[in-house]
Amino acid sequence: MPDAWTQKLDTYLDGELSAGEMSALDGHVRACSDCAAEVLGRLQLKRAVQTAGKRFAPSADFRQRIQKMSAAKRQQRHWSWQMAAIAAVFLVVLGISLVRVKQENYTRQIYSEIADLHVSTLASASPVDVISTDRHTVKPWFEGKIPFSFNLPELQNSEFSLIGGRVTYLEQTPGAQLIYHIRKHQISVFIFPEASALPGDSGLGRHTTFEMQTWTQSNLRYFVIGDAPAEDIGKLVDMFKKAEAKQ
Amino acid sequence: MEVSKDRLTAATFEELAMPLFDQLYNFAHWLTQDRSEAEDLVQETYAKALRGFSSFQLGTNFRAWIYRILRNTFLTSRTGLKANVPLEFDEGTEPSAGPETPETLLLERAQQQVVQEVMAELPVNYREILLLCEVEEMSYQEIAETLSVPMGTVMSRLSRARKTFRDRLRQKLSGVTHA
Repeated sequence: MPDAWTQKLDTYLDGELSAGEMSALDGHVRACSDCAAEVLGRLQLKRAVQTAGKRFAPSADFRQRIQKMSAAKRQQRHWSWQMAAIAAVFLVVLGISLVRVKQENYTRQIYSEIADLHVSTLASASPVDVISTDRHTVKPWFEGKIPFSFNLPELQNSEFSLIGGRVTYLEQTPGAQLIYHIRKHQISVFIFPEASALPGDSGLGRHTTFEMQTWTQSNLRYFVIGDAPAEDIGKLVDMFKKAEAKQ
Repeated sequence: MEVSKDRLTAATFEELAMPLFDQLYNFAHWLTQDRSEAEDLVQETYAKALRGFSSFQLGTNFRAWIYRILRNTFLTSRTGLKANVPLEFDEGTEPSAGPETPETLLLERAQQQVVQEVMAELPVNYREILLLCEVEEMSYQEIAETLSVPMGTVMSRLSRARKTFRDRLRQKLSGVTHA
């Protein structure tokens, strides 16, 4: 015979009653044979529906189709990440290239300026402010005129002769310009305090129409430029490097 | 199957949706009663879910979400519109169980095929709620989310679906017995 609990049997079997009601109904089912039989019947019905309900299975072809569709989305997402990564790399490379181009342009500009300074000195009626072949005269002359000191090489037993020196400017920075003579060629040696913006070391090479070499030593930036053969420029560079190293 | 915020980055649509493929297909076939239509329905469901996956809310139930998409897609299809008959007394009191022959006796004689026939002949709203509850073993809350109805409606509709199912099964079995 149905009673007050019968209405709740399905909810009880679905596990959706409150804990208190579940416990109370558990007790009732143990005592009421009608409800116990009803619970058993409904439970079997639930199982029958569950079994019968799992009736249809998709074909392998269809499963593959859906899998491909889902994977395509994943690939697309993966691809979009790849595209983003490629774009990022491209931008970085482009950025580096632009920086390099900018640096190269700047280097070229500095070399041109050094060449201009060299040419204008040679063209000047008074190319040097201190005229002396003695390095012990020339070097002290710069004291107080430029914010650094430097060493000049010993010229004995060499073909080079010192003409003199003058104060010059590169990028608003004061520096020393020394004029040397070898056979009929004049060579300028420029010395500036090292600045990060100045171009890096460069081997002997032809910049503009002159041979030029530049390097950094003891926080000083050296430029040696002239129309002398590369071999002579190289010799003078070595002499300066040795003189500075002896300090 | 709830997706937490932490898991979302790792959880792809494929990981969440493919394990439900067999169940979704079974549910779709029960709704449409046709293999080809079921395939179209599942395919459209996956396509819609893929498109809308970015809008899937974190911490909500993915299974209920994708079942809801499937069901809504079905209801707007030609077959779904034809099958979706409004149910009377959906919000009313649950039907009385009444004096019934013990189910054990009915089931002893019931063949699985008969059960399947009765299920197939149920109104689609009853069929789907029985499947969600008994086959998918969804909680009332999940069913409410899937069907977009209040919990009370789930309980009353489920009760009516069961009563209708039992009545028809009984009729069918008595017919089988008499035949």
